[in-house]
Amino acid sequence: MKLFQPASLTEACEILAGERGVVPMAGGTDLLVHWPTRASEHDKDYLDLSGLSELRGVRWTEGELQLGALATYWDVIADPQAARELPLLVQAARLVGAIQIQARGTWAGNIVNASPAADGVPVLMAYDAVVVLQSARGREEVALTDFYRGYKQLRKTDDQLVAAIRVPRRGYTVQQFHKVGSRRAQAIAKVGLALTRSAAGWRVVAASMAPTIRRCPALEQLLETGADVREPEALHAAIASDTSPIDDIRSSAEYRRRVMARVLFAALRA
Amino acid sequence: MSVDSAFGIHHSAFSVSFTLNGSPISVEVDPTDRLLDTLRYRLGLTGTKEGCGEGECGACTVYLDGLPVNSCLVPTYQARGRRVETVESLPPARLDPLLTHGATQCGACTPGVAMTSCWIIDHPELLATHAVRELLAGNLCRCTGYDGILDGIAAAMQARP
Repeated sequence: MKLFQPASLTEACEILAGERGVVPMAGGTDLLVHWPTRASEHDKDYLDLSGLSELRGVRWTEGELQLGALATYWDVIADPQAARELPLLVQAARLVGAIQIQARGTWAGNIVNASPAADGVPVLMAYDAVVVLQSARGREEVALTDFYRGYKQLRKTDDQLVAAIRVPRRGYTVQQFHKVGSRRAQAIAKVGLALTRSAAGWRVVAASMAPTIRRCPALEQLLETGADVREPEALHAAIASDTSPIDDIRSSAEYRRRVMARVLFAALRA
Repeated sequence: MSVDSAFGIHHSAFSVSFTLNGSPISVEVDPTDRLLDTLRYRLGLTGTKEGCGEGECGACTVYLDGLPVNSCLVPTYQARGRRVETVESLPPARLDPLLTHGATQCGACTPGVAMTSCWIIDHPELLATHAVRELLAGNLCRCTGYDGILDGIAAAMQARP
């Protein structure tokens, strides 16, 4: 293993531009899980971001919430403004592992880890978050909705680092997040659903229902038209069109589809 | 020890300095060492236990800058310049309410449970938004059924000045 400990974001970007296959590390909660059992993880080179104060923190501006690349779940849970204004961020953060993970895990790490079962990504996507990428070549912004091209495939090049996440401040008339797991604590989602409605329209985001976290255009269209949804089954066609769940160790595709319909139906009734 | 001057590049063992249980220390570590390993095998603080080794069970809970973390998921190099506290930092009397309320049986989870419990007891303001059970969700115990732990925490919080 080679370990890089840069003193600034500029240095970090120079390292990523000059070296191949370097893995940036923030809180390490996803990366270290494999250290004891997979020796190959020790052969990788790591870029330790934890010392970069410019990437820390949660900042509110007039128009948006800015999460630095090192902002943790706990940073958001502990921010009273977040609970008032963007409550789904707090709800999702409280369902990520428990305090020991919330204190270390970062929102940016959740995005680049690209798990289809992520908890932080669906709520960020339902709030139209934008990913700020930094490299030695400059700065680029990508809407989180467009950030995934396929399973673990990111719209980000190897020399780019997630520097921040921008979440617009808006008024919402609907804000819901639901996570269905095997148990309430320390579980990974079998089905996740984030639902918002603002002047920008409906956002329906599904987790654990496709190779990536994704918006559901057919469901959003259905809600935009004001369709009267009288039973969960009325959502099945749109869910079938928007998602492609699989059978795996956590659940079955059929269970996920049916549960998503029921969870969304209940959320719309709430 | 080998350090390239340009970017702080470490290939092999190097020195990391941090504050451990109130005292500054420096320790030689390998880049692959987890904080859990450094505490137990380099510093001899074996109170911190390894349970699952993947951030699920909480047996290895320590405080990093005052917050409970799984030391099995912290690379030691990230402790650089920070504050680490282990179960050895708890005065024995703090365990009394847990012991008298049946918060421990086999003991495998106890160091981690004691750390998270004392963190909750020291931060009563958290109970405005969180239930004790939620704050304790990262510490798995297969003996007590948790009620003894919750009773011990409640007793300790009532006894606070």
